[in-house]
Amino acid sequence: MESTNYEKGENVMAEFWMSEILKGCVEKGMSLGEYILASECENTGQTREQALDRMSQMLDVMEQSARGGLENPVFSNSGLTGGCAHQYHGYIQKGQSILGPVLADAVQMALSCSEVNAAMGKIVACPTAGSCGIVPAAVLAVGKYRGNSREEMVQALFTASGVGMVIGEHATLAGADGGCQAECGAAAAMAAAAAVRLLGGDDEQAVHGAAMALKNLLGLVCDPVCGLVEIPCIKRNAVSVSVALTAADMACAGVRSYIPFDEVVTAMYAIGKALPQQLRETGQGGLAATKTGMEMYQRIYGQDYGAM
Amino acid sequence: MKTEYLAGSYSVFDIAGPVMVGPSSSHTAGAARLGKMARVLAHNSVRSVVFQLYGSFAKTYKGHGTDKALLAGILGFDPWDERLRDSFRIAGESGVDYSFQPMEGSAGEGTGWESVHPNTVRFLITTHGGEKFDVVGCSIGGGKVRIVGLNGISVQFTGESPILVTRHLDSPGIIASIASLLYQSRLNIGNMRVSRKRHSDTADMYLEIDGSVPKSIVEQIQELPGMLSVVLLQPEE
Repeated sequence: MESTNYEKGENVMAEFWMSEILKGCVEKGMSLGEYILASECENTGQTREQALDRMSQMLDVMEQSARGGLENPVFSNSGLTGGCAHQYHGYIQKGQSILGPVLADAVQMALSCSEVNAAMGKIVACPTAGSCGIVPAAVLAVGKYRGNSREEMVQALFTASGVGMVIGEHATLAGADGGCQAECGAAAAMAAAAAVRLLGGDDEQAVHGAAMALKNLLGLVCDPVCGLVEIPCIKRNAVSVSVALTAADMACAGVRSYIPFDEVVTAMYAIGKALPQQLRETGQGGLAATKTGMEMYQRIYGQDYGAM
Repeated sequence: MKTEYLAGSYSVFDIAGPVMVGPSSSHTAGAARLGKMARVLAHNSVRSVVFQLYGSFAKTYKGHGTDKALLAGILGFDPWDERLRDSFRIAGESGVDYSFQPMEGSAGEGTGWESVHPNTVRFLITTHGGEKFDVVGCSIGGGKVRIVGLNGISVQFTGESPILVTRHLDSPGIIASIASLLYQSRLNIGNMRVSRKRHSDTADMYLEIDGSVPKSIVEQIQELPGMLSVVLLQPEE
């Protein structure tokens, strides 16, 4: 069988693979999070304190957006969506959720971040605005459950960032290039790695967690109704954090990804390139092209879906 | 330079960040950033503005809040400022007139810039002093933006290197004086465009500078005979 080479060409830092970074961590006797922090400081001239402080500010905004939609419903700028985080929050409060406290908490926070985003609230794009709920939900839900310190959560965000940086380097983080797997998939990989660290797993386990999370979102298309970051994005954030925590839990049990993380990243890019244009953030296929999706288009833009 | 740690093309805070007001980095955050750049180019003095929207901006601006974000930028708000969603009300209170015009086709004709990205906006600004500015910008993805047109000149400002924009009397020697002031600070001009307005005997000039431009140079340029206005647009922090 002929293989198609979809490796990214120019301007790629050829050595910036997770396997190489982990070797560097071993050589230097530092964790992945510390390594990424040190690399950031070396490259940008920030001091360690500045970079830690900046990440801590990110965590502040994450916390606000993860709670913003729970007590009161928030509605999107377009009017298409809203209130799901609040609804689910009430359901958890009544003790009806079957998910267990950590996952249920993560799901409600992922919904909240995404709804706050759609309502023109303040969020951290992580790695993108469309996938902004996944990493905060995992870090905050696991962190609360395990009683992690704020410093540990900030450190976990550096671990997560390392995972995202490798994906961005050798694949893509844009739905328009790679479909939703590049946004929610990448975010889930980042979230899984962070969760493993907060649960007490080591970096190798964190990377296996990341690989397993990304593997299970491969092929996910980007088909937003009306081209807006709402349907299906909001609920994909909720389900992607479930994938991330499932992968993290398996990784902490010692389960390994048979396909190494770096190769999963390469596969994600190849799959993204093979996706048709209609399924890469154009709003012209998939759920956007359903009967209901087209009706919503008519309602929002006052013209026929076919006219776009 | 020998480095100790492997590094990629992204910074940590490209991945965990930026902080922004949703919902879309290109259609909301990028739009706000473009609005703010246009405001600076119009000397932070916007009395009225017409937003002409092209491509995807024309089609989807209401859903993404692109209109609110553009106006927020014109009011001087950053992409992470939560006042963004209330920009219509705030503009009304501060007496800034605005209107949005979704346009058909491409923005290229007769405007002085060559190729135009699908997410494009043209700002037609009138300042409090009655001066007119015509700014064209594109949101090129991930919140990154590019100014491509300025008062009929085709430009390329992405926020990576500073640009100087001057409006001066169309008479000999002014451009040489500016170049000489820059040379005295050992500043290299990377790119330069001039456009003359025959009816007013003025010229608009755009200079892309390698290296950071001190405020004192801008003041000295401002003092040159025949100089009407100078704006320095610095890369964002």
